[in-house]
Amino acid sequence: MTSLTRKQFSKTALAALAGASVLALAACGGSTTPADSSGAAGGAEDAITVYNAQHDSLTQAWADEFTKETGIRVTIRPGSDLELSNQIIAEGDKSPADVFLTENSPAMTQVENAGLFAEISSTVQDQVPAEYRPSTNKWTGIAARSTVFAYDKTKLTEDKLPKSIMDLADPAWKDRWAASPSGADFQAIVSAMLELEGEEATSAWLKSMKENSKAYKGNSTAMKAVNAGEVEGAIIYHYYWFGDQAKTGENSKNVAMHYFKNEDPGAFVSISGGGVLASSKHQDNAQKFLEYVTGKAGQTILQTGGSFEYPVASEVPANEELVPLDELQAPKIDPAKLNSAKVTELMTQAGLL
Amino acid sequence: MTSKQSTTAVGLPGATKLRKAAGGRGSRFGPWPVVILCLLIAAFSLLPLGFVVVATANAGWDTIVALVFRPRVGELLFNTLSLVLITIPLCVVIGVGGAWLVERTSLAGNKVWAVLLAAPLAIPAFVNSYAWVSAIPSLGGISGGVLISVLSYFPLVYIPVAAVLSRLDPALEQSAAALGLGPWKVFFRVVLPQLRLATAGGALLVGLHLLAEYGAFAMIAFDTFTTAIYDQFRSTFNGAAANMLAGVLVLFCLLMLMAESKTRGSARYARVGAGVQSSPSRLSLGAYQLPGQLALIAVSALALGVPLWHVGRWLIAGGTQIWARDDLLNALLLTLDYGLIGAAVTTALAFPLAYLVIRHPGPVSKVLEAANYISSSMPGIVVALALVTITIHNVPAIYQSSLVLVAAYALLFMPRALVNLRAGIAQVPRELDEAARALGKPPLVAFLRVTLRLAAPAAAGGAALVFLGIVNELTATLLLAPNGTRTLATQFWSLSSEIDYMGAAPYALLMILLSAPMTYLLFVQSKKAAGQ
Repeated sequence: MTSLTRKQFSKTALAALAGASVLALAACGGSTTPADSSGAAGGAEDAITVYNAQHDSLTQAWADEFTKETGIRVTIRPGSDLELSNQIIAEGDKSPADVFLTENSPAMTQVENAGLFAEISSTVQDQVPAEYRPSTNKWTGIAARSTVFAYDKTKLTEDKLPKSIMDLADPAWKDRWAASPSGADFQAIVSAMLELEGEEATSAWLKSMKENSKAYKGNSTAMKAVNAGEVEGAIIYHYYWFGDQAKTGENSKNVAMHYFKNEDPGAFVSISGGGVLASSKHQDNAQKFLEYVTGKAGQTILQTGGSFEYPVASEVPANEELVPLDELQAPKIDPAKLNSAKVTELMTQAGLL
Repeated sequence: MTSKQSTTAVGLPGATKLRKAAGGRGSRFGPWPVVILCLLIAAFSLLPLGFVVVATANAGWDTIVALVFRPRVGELLFNTLSLVLITIPLCVVIGVGGAWLVERTSLAGNKVWAVLLAAPLAIPAFVNSYAWVSAIPSLGGISGGVLISVLSYFPLVYIPVAAVLSRLDPALEQSAAALGLGPWKVFFRVVLPQLRLATAGGALLVGLHLLAEYGAFAMIAFDTFTTAIYDQFRSTFNGAAANMLAGVLVLFCLLMLMAESKTRGSARYARVGAGVQSSPSRLSLGAYQLPGQLALIAVSALALGVPLWHVGRWLIAGGTQIWARDDLLNALLLTLDYGLIGAAVTTALAFPLAYLVIRHPGPVSKVLEAANYISSSMPGIVVALALVTITIHNVPAIYQSSLVLVAAYALLFMPRALVNLRAGIAQVPRELDEAARALGKPPLVAFLRVTLRLAAPAAAGGAALVFLGIVNELTATLLLAPNGTRTLATQFWSLSSEIDYMGAAPYALLMILLSAPMTYLLFVQSKKAAGQ
């Protein structure tokens, strides 16, 4: 794959060298320099391109095993949920993407609403329980993650923990907690809050959050801040802690996790999604990839690999170290109702973005 | 001082006549082909700005008011302003002070120090940040931002200033000393003014880096306009709020540009005279030797020691396992390819601009250069989105091709090539070019045989800087790279933002190793003055 990408590169690069001024002309719209690479992986007929907002290492593991099993090569374009969903919408019918994978469902809903998804195959529908895919079958759940309050166990005891995520708006929590408001993960949690508590309560909560919390870029960094004693707790997803523990544990040694449960907005379990683009010229292979990811082998990578996300399909159980999904008492939310645009708007108003 | 210098050549009677005889075709703005080429390059470089302006215009007044006049923008303004106002003076003090110690005093081991002070340029700012958060996990805020920035960027001032210091004509200083000025007065009244061009250019580069940096600040949770724009983009791809923030950022760049232009002045810095200039004299440090050594040890320990130590620490903790990734070699080769091609294209594009600015200064050259600086000071993410949007809609044939990424690199890093080329061409006496033409060489041949040859070291220096920039570029690469293309920078970022610090370490090491020879080349070239 990559050697071909290099060859492809050299070709276009030569073109670039040949006429630096042509480049200026092309960009001015006067003339266009044709280029061979419009996204198809290495030019191979059967290869598929995956727009990936999931963790790189996880999707790479899926892609490697899938290629080994089927011979179909996979090109991955990394990005974040809403960045890639908006990119796909901007690309429209011309999108080079065959498959779109996310960390959270709002981005899937967005692409679905733009009418750009093909229906998932019956095999995928059979493999994934109805609760983990929308009734429209335009995309499917591929994994799940739980919201947690990661806290500094050297500073907070269990009786001092917040009972609900809504409690963090209390002035008593001023300057004591953190989050990654710019991330799709946190925005998905807010979209659940918006669905459960309504716009007014969510907007008020976000404004208090601006006052009370410290903003970090990325859940890992927020957890690291808890570990370093900068804040007492952070709203993140569960697997960051397990992931770090599986490595050196250096960034999570002082951290413990609190699950809100009680169908609290803070007990939100977010569904990671996968879908096949209607514009894909490799429908069969794209569906095969989704079948692989939601199949036994793909879900087992979630169970045994380093991602520590929850499997949702093919009856594969979660990694034994995790609290089982059915014990999390997550609120019941239709993923199709999560409104990402409203969340971005409210968060921008609150000064968090 | 400057008038004294200019009398050596410009005041010669008949110089104007000679110039007319030699100049031949062309307008008072410069030769037409060059002017037209420059206009095309400038039009190309204004694409991202045009994108932001159009997006702002489309947003409408109400949206602008709602998105610009809000407390969050105030916070970002405060952060960005503080960062710029604290970091640039610190970089100038360390850069100029270091260069002076190394080049003009009896500093022991000055040859080693000369290299060590340039070396931090080989450590990308976000690798520096990664090392520093490993050392001090609580690092953050304005102090963290300033620390990382100063340590990463002071060589941008040091290198050009040291280069100029090492080839200043000592005759001026000797005259000043003979006229009774003490060593300190000579430094402040004779040496420092001659460093103005190099210092202002370096400071502008530092400023532009500060405005555009994403990775280093994201890692320590310090918000500037650029990180906020990136946050918006990650949530909305190309929403109105991001474009509004980019608009404010452009205003910042304009201010910085004006400040630099004011400092630069209109002085003339070429030397034309008989014979070889003697080498500069060195001031005996005496009792100041020890404090001088200690200061440089401290700077190097912080800027080089800390990052190398922590990259090494993660490499050891990771063992052989972290080298087993097969995408490591591919990322390395691709990064090399992009770096070399991008450097060549960018330097080629910058040459006509630099030539026009120095040889035919005037309203046209000024506007062209300003247009280029404004667009180049836009964060990589804005340039990238402008190109993404334009190619999706207008030039789908090149959408997501490596051509677009190379174009983005050219847009982003042209000032690096320009600053060097400008200083280089300014050092080439125009009279040599004119003499060649007066002796019957066509203008192009005269240019190639005289100006180009003498400015070549500066061009190489500029190209090395562009290469360095490309190797370490993150945001535009993330967005514009053809599908499946991963560079060292994007892989490093992907791993380190998942706090897989061990997995990221080999990428950090490779980026440093790749940047090191270029930094060294840059350093050597900067020392080779024209004619020396």
